[in-house]
Amino acid sequence: MGHDTHVQEKSQVQYDYDRKHNAVHMRHQVVNFAIMIFFTFLAFAVVVADFSPYFIKPFILLLAGVQVVLQLYSFMHMGEKKAVHIGFINTFVWMGALIAFTIFLALLTIVWW
Amino acid sequence: MDLNTKFTPKSWPDHAEQATLEGKNKFVGIWIFICSDIVLFASVFATYLSLKDSGPAGMDIKASELFGLELAFVMTMLLLTSSLTSVYAMYHMKNYNFKGVQLWMGITVLLGLGFLGLEIYEFYEYTVHEGFGFTHSAFSSAFYVLVGTHGLHVIIGLVWITGLIIRNAKRGLNLYNAPKYFASSIYWHFIDVIWVFIFTVVYLMGVLG
Repeated sequence: MGHDTHVQEKSQVQYDYDRKHNAVHMRHQVVNFAIMIFFTFLAFAVVVADFSPYFIKPFILLLAGVQVVLQLYSFMHMGEKKAVHIGFINTFVWMGALIAFTIFLALLTIVWW
Repeated sequence: MDLNTKFTPKSWPDHAEQATLEGKNKFVGIWIFICSDIVLFASVFATYLSLKDSGPAGMDIKASELFGLELAFVMTMLLLTSSLTSVYAMYHMKNYNFKGVQLWMGITVLLGLGFLGLEIYEFYEYTVHEGFGFTHSAFSSAFYVLVGTHGLHVIIGLVWITGLIIRNAKRGLNLYNAPKYFASSIYWHFIDVIWVFIFTVVYLMGVLG
C-alpha cells in the first residue's frame, strides 16, 4: 500500500511554474464561486420579485442545475482528465442522477392525493 | 517509500492526494459513496415533493405560509462560502502549506457550525412556535426527513473534518493524510450540491406555493 511513489525534487523553474499555475487555478475557482453566488441571488430575486410561477419554477431549477454542474466539475474535480478512474466516476454520478430522476417521476405520478 | 515520509514544498508531488494506491482508492471510494447518496436523497426528495402540503383533513399549515426566505438565504450563503473555503484548503494542500490547510478547514467547520445552528433554530421555531412537529402531517414528516437527512450529513461532515484537524495537528502534511483531507472536501462539496436543490425545491418553490 502506497509504496509506489518516488520522492522527486522539482527544479526551481518547475516549482515556480507550478505555484503560479496553482494560483491561476485558484483564481478560476473564485470566479466560479462568484457565478454560483450570483445565481443564488438571482434565484432568490426572481421569487421575491413575484414573477409568474410558470416562469420562476423552470428558471430557478435551471439555475440550480447550472450551479450543481459548476460545483461538480470545478470544486469536485469531475472534469479533471488526469484523476484516477474519472470516466468511471462520471458514468456513475450521471447514472445516479438518472435513477434520481426516475424516482421523482415514479413517486410524483403514483401518489395523487 | 513510507506513507509518513517528510516532504518539502519542492518534493511534494502534484496530485498528492492520488499519489498512493490508498489515495486512489479513497478518491474512487468517496465517489461511489456519493453516487449511492444521490439515490438516497432522490428518494427523500421525491417523497417530499409528492407529500408537500398534504396531511390529515383540516390541516392548516401550507408550505407557502410556513417558509421564510431570509433564513434560507443566510443558510445558503454560509454553506456556499464554506464550499469555497474548503477549496482554499485544497489549494494550500497543493502548495504544501499545512497551516493554510488547517486554517481554511477550520473556517469551513465554523461556517458549517453556523449553518447547523440556524437549521436547529429553524426546526425549533417550526416545532415549538408554529406547531409544525414531525408527526403533524405527511408534509411535516417528509420535510423533516429531507432537510434532517441533509442536516445529519452536515453533522457527520463537521465531526469528520474536526477529527482530521485535531488528529493531524502535529503530523504535518504527508501522503497518509492528504487523501483524507481531499476526500472530506469532496464530501463537503456534495453537501452543498444537495443544499442547492433543497433551497430551490423546498424553500423557493415552497414560498411560491
